Amino acid sequence: MIHMENVVKTYKVARRNAGAKAAFRALFRREYELIRALSGISFTIEDGEMVALLGPNGAGKSTTIKILSGILYPDSGRVECNGFVPYKDRMRYTREIGVVFGQRSQLFWDVPVADSFELLRDIYDIPEADFRKNEAELTELLQLQEILRTPARQLSLGQRMRCEIAGSLLHSPKILFLDEPTIGLDAVSKLALRQFVKNLNEEKKTTVILTTHDMQDVEALSKRVIMIGKGKLLLDGTIDDIRKEGESLDESLVEFYEGIDGMTGKEEEQP
Amino acid sequence: MRHGFRLYRHYIAINIRSAMQYKSSFFLTMLGQLLSTVSTLFGVVFMFQRFPVVKGFTLNDVILCCGIVQMQFSLSEMWARGFDSFAQIVRKGEYDRVLLRPRNEILQVFGAKFELSRIGRLIQGILMLAYGIVRIRIRWDFMKILTLFNMIFGGTALFTGLCIVRAGLCFFTLEGLEFMNIFTDGAREHGKYPLNIYGEKFLLFCTVAIPYALVQYYPLIYILGQRDGCGYPFLPLLSLWFLIPSLALFRFGVRHYQSSGS
Repeated sequence: MIHMENVVKTYKVARRNAGAKAAFRALFRREYELIRALSGISFTIEDGEMVALLGPNGAGKSTTIKILSGILYPDSGRVECNGFVPYKDRMRYTREIGVVFGQRSQLFWDVPVADSFELLRDIYDIPEADFRKNEAELTELLQLQEILRTPARQLSLGQRMRCEIAGSLLHSPKILFLDEPTIGLDAVSKLALRQFVKNLNEEKKTTVILTTHDMQDVEALSKRVIMIGKGKLLLDGTIDDIRKEGESLDESLVEFYEGIDGMTGKEEEQP
Repeated sequence: MRHGFRLYRHYIAINIRSAMQYKSSFFLTMLGQLLSTVSTLFGVVFMFQRFPVVKGFTLNDVILCCGIVQMQFSLSEMWARGFDSFAQIVRKGEYDRVLLRPRNEILQVFGAKFELSRIGRLIQGILMLAYGIVRIRIRWDFMKILTLFNMIFGGTALFTGLCIVRAGLCFFTLEGLEFMNIFTDGAREHGKYPLNIYGEKFLLFCTVAIPYALVQYYPLIYILGQRDGCGYPFLPLLSLWFLIPSLALFRFGVRHYQSSGS
């Protein structure tokens, strides 16, 4: 079970005006601005659920994932995942989760993917038999036979993303976090990836939490939707709560954002 | 602990295999490393053409000293490259990945990068050391050989500690860490001469604040036979204390980590 209660997170960001003069001045006197990434978020996710985190850029989705996966400390509030406090029990907790960042790689760039997998075996201390079994199964399901011997740098984005996902599942995690997993993928790869994640959730009962901007991902995958905007929880429900007759989901979503005071037009990118 | 060691070896193996993917680049970098620091040696040689002896040290003494410091520095750059280029690791968000793995952060950062091409500079250090050993009539005995190894070991640890300090500071600011180069690159430059030539106060600073003198000046005068005493061979190991505050600062910094990007 994943539980977040009243979680607040603020970033301190150095600000200065454009131009050489301002840059020079910033050397001596730095002005900081506090940016509220999350202002009191609460929700609970049961084991085996599949949940999509939605929200415009800079809404606080990535911050939420980073707090849930133990990368960041919240300023205040309570977080508990499978009986652990993620940022405190990092060593034990991270054995139970897998995380995929769509825009970053966890594979070693210049060696064959299989070598990266073997390193992961040692990092997670996976018993040899389990490792062989998981690797064979994931290779089969994600069709990695042809690409396992290729260095990561020579893979296409779709191939690489399949390897990233396999890499985060080698240690059989109970929770899988996917941060924009379908970004930049072609239609074939997207469909294959969705099907795989769906099966994983249904058959292995792995809890899946994903962030995405692709509404088709949401339609295909998750019954439950948690929407965050400006660091606040806007909606905890289903995709049907957003959908309106005769409109595409994207259009409905924009309307939904506009309905909330000053949501669009002046989004702030956050670190 | 045993698992940790196995994992570290695995990291190194992958790093070396990665470097071997670009063979010509690797050998050119190595060659560049070997040649670029030759200028250091020229500086010393020219200086000694004007003054045959500096504070009781001859040219050959200084070449020996220079070789040892070069070895200490290049070994630390080789194996602590992850800390050396830590700002980059943080900026690229790779530190997120470190935190996502059920392993000690420090072990993972050590494993993240292993810079084999620093072997160029290491070879240069070894050559200078060998030249010094051949040219100076040192009466080698077990204690002196032990002193030499302790110097290399302790010095590598000290430079590693400095890299860790700089990495720890990355958690508070990602810019303006250039000043730390005074203590790393600067120390390598100044370290080519025995530290007492810079004066008493400087020597004191280098003994108690950042213990350079423990891995350079004191054991050096023991090896050269200028001093005697059974404590000298073990002085370089005292510099290991410097790792304690370095690692503490790093650990403290981890708590300030803000992550980067989405």
